[in-house]
Amino acid sequence: MAKAEFEVPSYRKLPTIPALKEGATAHVKPYVADAAVQDALGYPGELVEDWHDKAIGRMGELLDKYRSLRVYLDACVHCGACTDKCHYFLGSADPKNMPVARQELMRKVYRRYFTLPGKLFPGLVGAADLTKDVLDDWFTYFHQCSECRRCSVFCPYGIDTAEITMAAREILNTVGYGMKYTNQILGKVLKIGNNLGLPGPALEDTLQGLEEDIEMDTGVAVKMPLDVQGAEILFVTPSADFFSEPHVESLIGYAKVFHAAGASWTLSTHASEAGNFGLFNGSYEQMRKVAMRIREAALELGVKRIVVGECGHAWRVIYSMWNTLIGVGAGGTDPFAIELQKQLDPRFKQPMHICEYTHDLIQRGVLKLDKSANDHRVVTFHDSCNVARASRMGDVPGGQFTIPRDIVKATCNNFVDMDQDTIHEKTFCCGGGGGVLTDEVLEIRVKGALPRMEALNKVVENNKVNFMATICAICKAQFTKVLPFYGFDMGMVGGVHQLVSDAIVLGDKE
Amino acid sequence: MSLLTIIYAGLFYAATAMLVGGLAYKIYGYWKTPAPLKIPTTPAPITPLGAKLRVWREVLVFESLFKSNKWIWLFGILFHFALALVLLRHLRYFTNPVWEWVVLIQPFGKYAGFAMVAGLAGLWGRRLVVERIRYISTPSDHLMLLLLIGIGASGLGMKFVAHTDIVDVKSFFLGLMHFNLQPLPADPALLVHLALVATLMVIFPMSKLLHAPGVFFSPTRNQADNPREQRHLAPWAAELDK
Repeated sequence: MAKAEFEVPSYRKLPTIPALKEGATAHVKPYVADAAVQDALGYPGELVEDWHDKAIGRMGELLDKYRSLRVYLDACVHCGACTDKCHYFLGSADPKNMPVARQELMRKVYRRYFTLPGKLFPGLVGAADLTKDVLDDWFTYFHQCSECRRCSVFCPYGIDTAEITMAAREILNTVGYGMKYTNQILGKVLKIGNNLGLPGPALEDTLQGLEEDIEMDTGVAVKMPLDVQGAEILFVTPSADFFSEPHVESLIGYAKVFHAAGASWTLSTHASEAGNFGLFNGSYEQMRKVAMRIREAALELGVKRIVVGECGHAWRVIYSMWNTLIGVGAGGTDPFAIELQKQLDPRFKQPMHICEYTHDLIQRGVLKLDKSANDHRVVTFHDSCNVARASRMGDVPGGQFTIPRDIVKATCNNFVDMDQDTIHEKTFCCGGGGGVLTDEVLEIRVKGALPRMEALNKVVENNKVNFMATICAICKAQFTKVLPFYGFDMGMVGGVHQLVSDAIVLGDKE
Repeated sequence: MSLLTIIYAGLFYAATAMLVGGLAYKIYGYWKTPAPLKIPTTPAPITPLGAKLRVWREVLVFESLFKSNKWIWLFGILFHFALALVLLRHLRYFTNPVWEWVVLIQPFGKYAGFAMVAGLAGLWGRRLVVERIRYISTPSDHLMLLLLIGIGASGLGMKFVAHTDIVDVKSFFLGLMHFNLQPLPADPALLVHLALVATLMVIFPMSKLLHAPGVFFSPTRNQADNPREQRHLAPWAAELDK
């Protein structure tokens, strides 16, 4: 079991709600971004002198730009429906990790500066000045939110804490109080093209190495084409897939699927990142800038389709926002959108998830899968929060639950779902999403993983599950790190296309 | 005309103006502020009509709250439905002749007052007893419940304990509506009831009671899940494409 400098929470016998422990994770905060990191994104390098006025000013601007923020800061009635829904609260017992309490950190400031009762009777209505202490609280607790939207499922008004967290982070950035991890990564993707900062030649090298590995392994020359002009499909995947374990196993899986389908496909050095950390910062402009690389690559390579790899928040941005941000989709009537949409093939969903792509091939009998190749595994599936609650796959609501499970079931003989209250729309975040995947906040990552670990433990004990499949690069990295704290092997987690990779029978093999 | 009548007449004109004006101002603000991105909480309906029905399910049966917590749902729905019935029943003080359906619901509306106060008491009990909800409660949360219970209790008092002259009350309100002041009975329970109602009207547009219009404008609930089929673009965001 991994050694921790903090107490790893123990499993609850029943799903009891913890008693409040004020300030339990008040000391857990990410590193503050330095001037170089901030400069690269156009934010002030350090906390500006007039931070108070600037923060309130920015809040006012955001209230005029985002209906969600404006409505959600007004509508909460403190009913308590969300108080026991956040994984970080369940794991830490810190009351400020209850979604409503997290929102109140901003709402109390909103009341003080933007509502009449808050101006006249701050004590009565729970309004407060924006002091340095409050700003520090923002920095701490808005970085103990993974923007997973679980609270929004249960709120009678649909209040989504993620919207508040995003606005708070944007305000913090505006006054020069940014977070190092997220902002550093954004700097890399804007400058080099992917979150890992992997330059073109290195990517080429990596792919060549992988091609050799696959050929050694299978005897089949599966290709991973790069920057192929005129390819039909542009494939975009989180850059972790190129380097990290177990991510790379899924990359091999995608390549085998494309190979088996006989597809004309290509990766791109310019658009070598599906992830979009601009979402975590709640910055529309940044999100657009990051996504723009995909549009540029698609136009330049002249592709007809865009398919994307396994990643949670990325799929949220891709599915729900790419059409808005960069015109990848259909139905556009303005020149910006039409320029790209007239190039894309309207017979296919644009953009398309690799699971939709693979699922379709399985349905049509194009892929040959040998389930027994995964007979050493008993598999469960972890719904990644952003896929589950902020996107869809296929034609019907809930396709994001059935399609990946259908693929898993097509690749193995032993599948079992975890507790109903921890899957589908009620799934628990892995604990590392939303820009929290950095080691200085490991304590909250481990504590936030508690509800998922409890559910996993149950199927491990009852059903001998030994593999948890998921379709998110952050989930994979987070679980690899966190599983050992709960006594599990870190190799228990992997991608859905890792299973596909192991089960697929490549035609020219026999 | 007694001073009392003039004060209460002024109070209700002012409260009505603040309620209507305040709500119009807030709703206009919600309406004109764009939702720049598609953010329905999924799984979500894939058509605009489906999304509208989803919002109405939130309004009429508190769908999400039911998923969350059966106790809050029970007390909440008890209070809101009873309140709705009570409010509809009160239409008889503002219509002449009284509409047929308003007459029909009188027997139910009469007792709905008890359900309303019971629901409020349940909600308040949770606010006091459950540590998490106590932690997030502000003084105004407690006062709001006190105010609503005060309205309910004073109303029930007039109906079941010491009757007030409702014929005079009705002529007072019809008079207000036709700008022709009629005397208001100086019954303490009535005066308390009306003063509390006017207070509620005034604070409505600047308090958490904005959840009522707010739920209709919630993008996580009222947006259809169709981002790949339709390009969703806010005016300020469209500028970036130029």
